[in-house]
Amino acid sequence: MRAIFRSGLVATIFAVLVIASAGAVFVEKRLDDPAQETRAREISEGIRCLVCQNQSILDSNADLARDLRQIIRERIVAGDSDAEVKTFLVVRYGDWVLLDPPFKLRTAILWLGPLAFFLLGGTAVIMFLRGRGSAGDVETLPLTAEEEASFKQISPDDKDELPK
Amino acid sequence: MRFRFLAPVLTFSAIAVIMWYALFNLDPSEIPSELVSKPVPEFSLSGVPGYGPDLSSTDLKTGKITLLNVFASWCVACLAEHPLFMELKKQGNVEIYGLNYKDKPDAAASWLKRNGNPYVRTGMDEKGRVGIDFGVYGVPETFVIGPEGKILDKIIGPVTQDIYEQRIAPLLQGNNS
Repeated sequence: MRAIFRSGLVATIFAVLVIASAGAVFVEKRLDDPAQETRAREISEGIRCLVCQNQSILDSNADLARDLRQIIRERIVAGDSDAEVKTFLVVRYGDWVLLDPPFKLRTAILWLGPLAFFLLGGTAVIMFLRGRGSAGDVETLPLTAEEEASFKQISPDDKDELPK
Repeated sequence: MRFRFLAPVLTFSAIAVIMWYALFNLDPSEIPSELVSKPVPEFSLSGVPGYGPDLSSTDLKTGKITLLNVFASWCVACLAEHPLFMELKKQGNVEIYGLNYKDKPDAAASWLKRNGNPYVRTGMDEKGRVGIDFGVYGVPETFVIGPEGKILDKIIGPVTQDIYEQRIAPLLQGNNS
């Protein structure tokens, strides 16, 4: 009974902590217009946090991420389009801030790299399998005349009698 | 055909070399700056109380190469580079301007009182908005600014003697000679 009570208490404390930390991401003021707030969130989701690098600023608790979320809201209220808001950030931090970077000469490796590796790996696999196939063929090659002769010598037509 | 067994060995070696290079020679926390070779963003800030006049973008068009150092009293790495800036001020090689990033005026003033003031002018960027215009994403960062107010280079993290000699001094000499 006491054990149940204790685990219940632990679960409650844990739940409170989880809820509190989840709420901590959005302590800032939201926009009054729900449509604009949704747009702000959608843009934030695609902006990379400069401090934590592999998080979007929507997921990040960093101070700078909060500032950037606030700036995105301000730009939206000022009447910027989604593209204009992103340009505002790209001018300051470069394509680097976009989690989905545009295809350019500088980002070509990023986009084409995996495809190149896939093709390279695929070619290697095909070559390997072909090599193995031909190795199998070698084993079933017909005997040469010489081999056949020596085989006949040690194994004459009469199977029951071994040569002496 | 005889050396085909070397293919996996060579592939592994190539990958190992690339990864070794990336691990020791590339810094993932160093984000390339978009603002290098562009003019400084427009701004106007009031100074740290008691420490020099206000700072605005026009103050950085001095006709010679200057440094703009982003610092804060809460920034530990700023203490590491501070003695070098004090030394540079003493030598008089280069003027340093201070952008005080997200700090309280009192805290900034007492920090400068305790550690010394290497700056010609300071600006208090209390909300961090000017910092964002400069593409600042951490403190300290130091901008090398050209005679016409154009950003020549940006140093992320504390400026060390090595960085000064390799990246800042050549720019200073190139301009003054």
